[in-house]
Amino acid sequence: MIRHVIKRLLLAVPTLLAMLTVIFVLVRLVPGDPAIAMLGDQATEASLQAMRSQLGLNEPIHVQYVDFLARALSGDFGRSMTSGRTVLEEVLQVLPYTLELTAAALFIGALLGLPLGTWAALRRNAWPDYASRIISLTGLSLPGFVSAILLLLVFAVHLRWLPVMSAAASDPVDHLRNLALPALNLGIIMAAYITRVTRSSMLNVLGEDYIRTARAKGVSQTRLVLRHALRNALVPVVTVVGLYFGTLIGNSVLTEIVFTRPGLGKLILGALTSRDYTLLQGLMVVFAAFIITVNTLTDLAYGLIDPRVTYD
Amino acid sequence: MTDPVLDVRGLQSEFRIAGRWYPAVRDFTLAVEANETVALVGESGSGKSATALSILRLLPAVGARIAKGSVMFAGQDLARLSEAEMIRLRGEAIAMIFQEPMTSLNPTMTVGAQIAEVIEIHRGSTRRSAMAEALRLLEEVRIPAARQRLNDYPHQFSGGMRQRVMIAMALACRPKLLLADEPTTALDVTIQGQVLALLNELKQSYGMSILFITHNLGVVAQMADRVAVMYAGEIVEFASVNKIFEQPSHPYTEVLLKAMPRVDRDSAGLEPITGQVPGITALPVGCAFAPRCPLRQPDCDRHPALAPLAAEADHVVRCVVRAGQEAAV
Ligand SMILES: Nc1ncnc2c1ncn2[C@@H]1O[C@H](COP(=O)(O)OP(=O)(O)OP(=O)(O)O)[C@@H](O)[C@H]1O
Ligand SMILES: [Mg+2]
Repeated sequence: MIRHVIKRLLLAVPTLLAMLTVIFVLVRLVPGDPAIAMLGDQATEASLQAMRSQLGLNEPIHVQYVDFLARALSGDFGRSMTSGRTVLEEVLQVLPYTLELTAAALFIGALLGLPLGTWAALRRNAWPDYASRIISLTGLSLPGFVSAILLLLVFAVHLRWLPVMSAAASDPVDHLRNLALPALNLGIIMAAYITRVTRSSMLNVLGEDYIRTARAKGVSQTRLVLRHALRNALVPVVTVVGLYFGTLIGNSVLTEIVFTRPGLGKLILGALTSRDYTLLQGLMVVFAAFIITVNTLTDLAYGLIDPRVTYD
Repeated sequence: MTDPVLDVRGLQSEFRIAGRWYPAVRDFTLAVEANETVALVGESGSGKSATALSILRLLPAVGARIAKGSVMFAGQDLARLSEAEMIRLRGEAIAMIFQEPMTSLNPTMTVGAQIAEVIEIHRGSTRRSAMAEALRLLEEVRIPAARQRLNDYPHQFSGGMRQRVMIAMALACRPKLLLADEPTTALDVTIQGQVLALLNELKQSYGMSILFITHNLGVVAQMADRVAVMYAGEIVEFASVNKIFEQPSHPYTEVLLKAMPRVDRDSAGLEPITGQVPGITALPVGCAFAPRCPLRQPDCDRHPALAPLAAEADHVVRCVVRAGQEAAV
């Protein structure tokens, strides 16, 4: 198992390198002079020249590439053009918020989606099945920012149960209250995905021979689902959760804006609007690394769920 | 004579296809005595599995039903028990093993845990003592190095070894009746022989009865005391194993025997069976075998009842020509 983990981590390295290369090329393919893009067309030639050399754009391309790789791998993505702080500092400052939001969304998604999907599979073509399908379809088709606004209107504005803005709070209870609505917003979308895959994967598993064997052993319905079916149904669910993380980032941008919450989403938007070229490049690396990590974790989870996944 | 362990009377099980119910098992009457093996033989689609699943009430919850008949076991009619009562009985008094050893075990549970589970559920044992018993059972079905294999997963076993695990699981609570649905069909011949010998031996030491489903008459000869031949959901002939082989009386049984490879006959004389079992939605009105029957007569348009052959009360045949009696409805 340990060997498998190490091997899988080593496999992530070439992916990371390829991804850094793509980002490097992408940034340089963007038409126009990045110095002008950043400083605006009113900038003097001297300041543009200074900017170019600061960005290393005067070096030959292969020198730029090696330099970029070396810096990126040591966590140095340069300084934000707008704040003057290092990109790493900027990211680390908001990363906990994003991680917390993501984890909470995943928790809510699993908490709602797994039972709902299982229930639908057990009552196939009866009302729980239809109800779950309608709920998950709604969750899937409703854009994240629309559901965010709806949640705000209902729980914050109308019922006044939860705060409208969810900035930092030192009190842990306030902190959770701040987290509740944004997490619910992303969690519902997550739950919609999880419900759907859980349902179909459960239906598959419930038709398997070993489920019939378990029934022939005198296993009760509850035990059948919890001990025999659920674990076997989990692999596709984990796959979808892993894939969904990519979408989750896009949705978290919108969620963070609607709830005025700090996070990577907000940071990327700020970098875009202020044309903060170095911050943007750094954020691309951070996001890509995030996705690679999630993929690696997903692969490792397969091994935990299914003993047939080989470790060699 | 003591009461039979299992006494099925007039069983009819149906599947719903396109909104209508069709019988997969019809007018099925059969008793299994204590410590007896009754073989249920027939081609694919003749309703053997549907019969066994009906007895244990494992037919799909939707789209399948027991429409008629009774299944008497230990003084109760299983066809009328509640699901909760059936759950208590399954794996305890009646166990079942299946054809596909590769897919019939849970891939995410160790074989030890799967065997122990039966004991935990029905005996309320602790995990510890159930695991100890699981080990004893694995040794009993002769899994080599059983102690080391207790915590292995099914994919680490060969087909034959998995079927031994299935048998260990089925025997865990010393059932009175074992339903074996083609337990060796998927195994190669030598392994098949070993598993059958093991089953016979365990049947003696555990004193259980077996309803043994197969379409292989060679297996029947090795296992059965009595044989019921099934065709299109019905028993067409029921007799002791000797009578079935020496004096087959239903034309279908004869055809089956002729198609069977035997050591004492030249395989050149084999006659493959032509045609196939009618589907449950297209059953003929009269004798179901008539369309394929070499002895077909005008009388065969009427549906025959299962009737004793001449003076032998324990050899019954469902054939107007052979049993020479009045055809029933
Ligand atoms: N779930 C189902 N829905 C509809 N029809 C079914 C279903 N299961 C079985 N049948 C039909 O019932 C009949 C009997 O099937 P059964 O599985 O009992 O045959 P079998 O004798 O066990 O055959 P085999 O040797 O292939 O296992 C077949 O015609 C089959 O098509
Ligand atoms: Mg079958």
